[in-house]
Amino acid sequence: MNLTTVLIVAGALVGIGVWGALAQQSFVMLMMGIELMVNGAILAAAGFWAETGAGGPKGQVLVIVAMAVMAVEMAIGFALVAAVYRARQADMTEGIGSLRG
Amino acid sequence: MIDVAFVVFSLAAVLSGYLVFRVDSMIRASFLLLASFLNVGAVLVLLLAEYLGTALLFMMTVEMVVMALFMVMFMMNPAGLNPMSMVHQPRAAALAGLAAAAGIWAVAVFADFPDAPVVGADQAVRDLGLELLGQSMLVFESAGVTLLATMVCAVVLSAARGRFGDGYEGSVAPPLEPGGDHRPEDDLVDTDTGGHDHGGH
Repeated sequence: MNLTTVLIVAGALVGIGVWGALAQQSFVMLMMGIELMVNGAILAAAGFWAETGAGGPKGQVLVIVAMAVMAVEMAIGFALVAAVYRARQADMTEGIGSLRG
Repeated sequence: MIDVAFVVFSLAAVLSGYLVFRVDSMIRASFLLLASFLNVGAVLVLLLAEYLGTALLFMMTVEMVVMALFMVMFMMNPAGLNPMSMVHQPRAAALAGLAAAAGIWAVAVFADFPDAPVVGADQAVRDLGLELLGQSMLVFESAGVTLLATMVCAVVLSAARGRFGDGYEGSVAPPLEPGGDHRPEDDLVDTDTGGHDHGGH
């Protein structure tokens, strides 16, 4: 276990997240892809802290910020999904095509 | 020993992350995502980020159970008995995912990073506590206030009635020409809460 292997795993998680977020039509599945991306980011940040930071605590603070971002993303995301469903009965991205720019 | 555990946990994290988008039931998908997070938490513990790993375990367990509730609400294939594939632009998405992963892999393999590993897990946790309540207190407090604002926003966004009336106000598509009839998609809007008028204003 070293930084290279940790980053390879983190890259795989981020890649799967990008694929899922772009390919899925359902809002909730799309958000799972975003969560998976943040999961990979957390792993990468922790890897950098553990292998290159000589134990300085600032790297761990970055991970805590990423975890807070993930909680915010999920709460606001689900609130938006509920609001969109209430207004348009849409639970798929195609259902709100009138937002297309 | 640690290397074996790392391989097991990280393979499980990646595999369950992949299966999230492959299974036929959204409930299974959310619990597979939970499995992915739990395995990443275990890897964090192996990396001596013991506090963060444990916090990730607790936080994600609760978060994914809440997510599972939402999955039940929005699920179109409850028992996962039918094959489920709700995808668009699958090739482009797969290519974008591969490109993102390849970028990170290139950094992982070719970049040169300083080699200064953490030595003691206990010391790391103690340092984190002092940092959060010392130098980085502003970051910590900002995260707390952000979470509070998130709670308020989530309630406001998802409430059926806003301060100025029905939650539908302002979210119904306008007519295509002035004074014209409403757009066909408005017929989908649920009208049995408070008799919303669909005519042009």
